[in-house]
Parts: sequence; structure tokens; C-alpha cells
Amino acid sequence: MTVILDNLTVSYQRHPAVHHVSGSFVAGDATAIFGPNGAGKSTLLKAMIGALTPDSGQARLEGFARQDIAYLPQQSEIDRSLPVSVLDLVASGLWHRTGPFGKVGRAGLGQAMDALEQVGLADFAPRAISALSSGQFQRVLFARILLQDARLILLDEPFTAMDAKTTFDLLELVRRWKEEGRTIIAVLHDYEQVRAYFPHTLLLAREVVAWGRTEQVLTDANLKRAVDTAAHWQDRAAVCRVDGVNV
Amino acid sequence: MQHLYDLLIAPFVDFAFMRRALAGCLALSLGSGPIGLFLVMRRMSLMGDAMSHAVLPGAAVGFMLAGLSLPAMSLGGFVAGVLVAVLAGLATRFSSIKEDASFAAFYLLSLAIGVLLVSKSGSNVDLMHILFGSVLAVDDAALYLVSGVASVTLICLAFIYRPMLLESLDPVFLRSVGARGGLWHMAFLMLVVLNLVSGFQALGTLMAVGLMMLPAITARLWSESVEGMLVMAVSVAFVSGMAGLLLSYHFELPSGPAIILVAGLFYLFSLLFAPAGGALPRYIRARHFES
Repeated sequence: MTVILDNLTVSYQRHPAVHHVSGSFVAGDATAIFGPNGAGKSTLLKAMIGALTPDSGQARLEGFARQDIAYLPQQSEIDRSLPVSVLDLVASGLWHRTGPFGKVGRAGLGQAMDALEQVGLADFAPRAISALSSGQFQRVLFARILLQDARLILLDEPFTAMDAKTTFDLLELVRRWKEEGRTIIAVLHDYEQVRAYFPHTLLLAREVVAWGRTEQVLTDANLKRAVDTAAHWQDRAAVCRVDGVNV
Repeated sequence: MQHLYDLLIAPFVDFAFMRRALAGCLALSLGSGPIGLFLVMRRMSLMGDAMSHAVLPGAAVGFMLAGLSLPAMSLGGFVAGVLVAVLAGLATRFSSIKEDASFAAFYLLSLAIGVLLVSKSGSNVDLMHILFGSVLAVDDAALYLVSGVASVTLICLAFIYRPMLLESLDPVFLRSVGARGGLWHMAFLMLVVLNLVSGFQALGTLMAVGLMMLPAITARLWSESVEGMLVMAVSVAFVSGMAGLLLSYHFELPSGPAIILVAGLFYLFSLLFAPAGGALPRYIRARHFES
């Protein structure tokens, strides 16, 4: 049961966003993906769930089947103007049991209510998702992950623009998942959150700057290196003469 | 009372062609209403218009080969519409062009071919018929087609409802659970084409879009749930059809535009007064919060 990145390169119109990334995530623990804007963090997650096709290399989720994976998208990728109720959205977390056509049923709706209760939004079940604040909506998305009951949880910027209380409550969920032995990989921007909750960190700037124990990765020297790499992105990316080797 | 009967009921009781037209309108409403609603929710309101133009050359080829034959023209229209949808889909997928632009490009190509074919082979009367149709001339064959399409549409929508809604709402999540969003999208586009083809005998390729979009947009102003909107869209479409037929009967107006204009009046009224999104309720609420 491991998540292995094997020389992974993903690009948008031939501009690599993730460049020859190799390594493996520690199973049953929490890893933060940290790095400047445009470092390829979200791209990496999308490649891992198969929403983007790599140019070369691969992300191998060994020992994880489809239904073992839960993914939290960035809020900007969700169209909240659609007339869908909170309960229905949470219930979509049962997809692996229902598929496109299957019935959610009373038991399923009960579980969805239960998940909403755990994120403190039980009273919001019948509301339209357009009527929620972004903090409340994030809680709803976490409730869906609870319902998915996945062993591998991928979170794309889960706490961006969240207030302190929401962030704290949701981080406690992450802590609980960690204790339950689930594998968590989260894109984060807050240094303190990473240090407090994530024992492992992948510092990414298109390429791996450092990957390992958080306290060894998030050093001043490494962070400076990540920022310096980002500063040179104006230039064309280096051409790789031999696949897999940076020249 | 007798007067109301003469006005609203008698035309349908007295004339078989009016009854047939009414049945056609009901079937069209049941199919096109929900399809239009999904187009609105997926922010593809103008896609219906594009597809209605795309259907034209196929209908023209059908006409050239078999004359004014409904099966031939319908089949031709369907093939042309699906071809444009597939080509636009491929162009979107394999180039940097966005979907709306791809559709614009391919439907314009298709339309130009269609106009060329019609003007080379038919008279203006034929062109008028393809563009504007006539619900009062709906025969049994057309009625079977329209009601068959409505049935297929409702059954298919029931099947693709969940993945399609999720694909509009949260596409990356759908990918993450391993479902192919593009597949449902394509199935949906086929339903759009199918409904436009079924509408064109009755309303013409241009007006068929009206019965698809206007009731759907109106429904969005009245309800905040998908179920409520579906009921509303179908109802508005059917009532517009019936009222349009009566107007066309009493005042000797062409039926297609009469139907669409009634739907348009529903829309304009809703735009001002509808509770779930109309301008006046919103304005009044805003004032309330001010004080």
C-alpha cells in the first residue's frame, strides 16, 4: 500500500508544470505538499487521480482501488450556482456504492446526515449549496469525504480562505484520519499548519526541492531554493535531452 | 361560459388537426423542456441555437434524396447534428479551443453547407418549411416521431441524470471516482440533437429551440430545486404550446412563432415577478435589508 511517483512529468501545452518527480508517500500518515504558486502542487494531485494524463512517468497507487481514494477539489472548480441541496451533494460521496444509477436509499441518506453532523452542519441538509458561505461549503465537502470512507485522502488547498475556527475543526478531522491509519496528502500554504499536523512534507517547485520529514524539509535553505526556482520560471523550461535526466 | 368554451376548448374538439397539434406540443414539451433545463444549468443556453443550425444540411440532404419526407429529413438532420457535436467535441479535446468556440465554428460550416444545398435544390417554400415548420400540419408519422423522441429522452435523462449533474457541478470529483464525464456529455448532446430534430417538423429548426430554451430559462426563475424546475419547464412549454395554437387558430397567425411568443411572454413576466430570481422580488428584498 504505497503511493509512488515514478519520474512523473505533466505539462500544459508543452510547458511542464510537474517535472520529473520521483519518490513515494508514506502510507498511513499525513504528507503536506508545500511550494510557491505555480509549483505544480494541484497538477500533481490531479495526475494522481487520473484527471490529467502525464507526458511521461506515472503515479502508481499500489494497493489502492478506485473506491479507496477520496479527493477534495479546490472550491473554484465547483459550480455552486446549481440547484443542489447540501444533503444531495454529501450523498454523492456514496458513488462507489450507488454508481451512476443506483439508489442512495434511506441508509445512505442516514449516513450522509451523520457525516453532516460530524462537521456541525446537520441543520443545513435541505439548504441549497448556493446559500452557504465558503467555510460552510468546505465543511460540506469534508462531510462527503467522511462518507467516502477512503484510505487515501487527497486534499487540494483545503484551508485556503477559511477562518480560524473552520480550519481548526477540519484539521482535527485530518488528525482523526491520521489516527485511523489513513494516508493523507494535502496541498497547503500555511507553514504552521504543516508543522503542527503533517509529519512529512514534499517541497515542490515543479521539481522536488526536498521530500521527507517536515522538520528536515522546511528549512530556510530549502525554502529559499524553492523560491529561487520559482523566480526563474519566466525562462523557458530546460530541455531534457534524455528522458528522466535533467541536463 | 359558452364563450370560454368556444375560445379555449371548441377548436380542439371540432378539428382533428388541432388535437394532433396539441398532442404534438405535449410530447415536445416533455422532451424539450428537461433538455433545455440541463442546457441552462450547464451554461450552454446558446448551444441549442448552434445545434439547430447544424441540423439544417442534413435535413436538406434528406429532402434532396426523398422529397418532403419526414423520416429522411429527420434522419439527415440527426446525422448532421451528431456529426457537428462529435467534430466540435474532438476539436475541443485535441486543440486549445474552448467548447463554445468549437461549436460556433462547426455549426457555421454546417449552416453554410445547408443553405447552399437548399438554395440549389429546393424552392423558397421548402426552405421556409424547414426553417419554420408547421405544427398544424403534424401527421401521424410526425406524432409518432415526436412522442417516441420524448419517451427516449425521458428514459435516457433518468439514466444520465446523476452523472450529468455531478459533471456540471464538480467535474474533477467525478473523474476522481473513475467516471468518464465526457461520455455523459456526449450522450446528452445526442439528446439535444434528437429533440431539435423532433421539433423541426412541428416548429421548424429555428423555433424548436424556442420551446427548448424559453420555458427552461423561465423555470429557473421560479424554483430553487431541480425537480421544481423540471415540472415548471414542462408546464410552461405545454401551456405556451396550447395558447400559441389557440392564438394561431383565432387570429390566423403562423403557429410556430405564436407558440414561442407566448413562451417569451411567460419569460418576460417571470423576469419581473418570479419569486426565485425575478427582478422585483430581489429589489424588494434588498430594500428590506436596507431599512
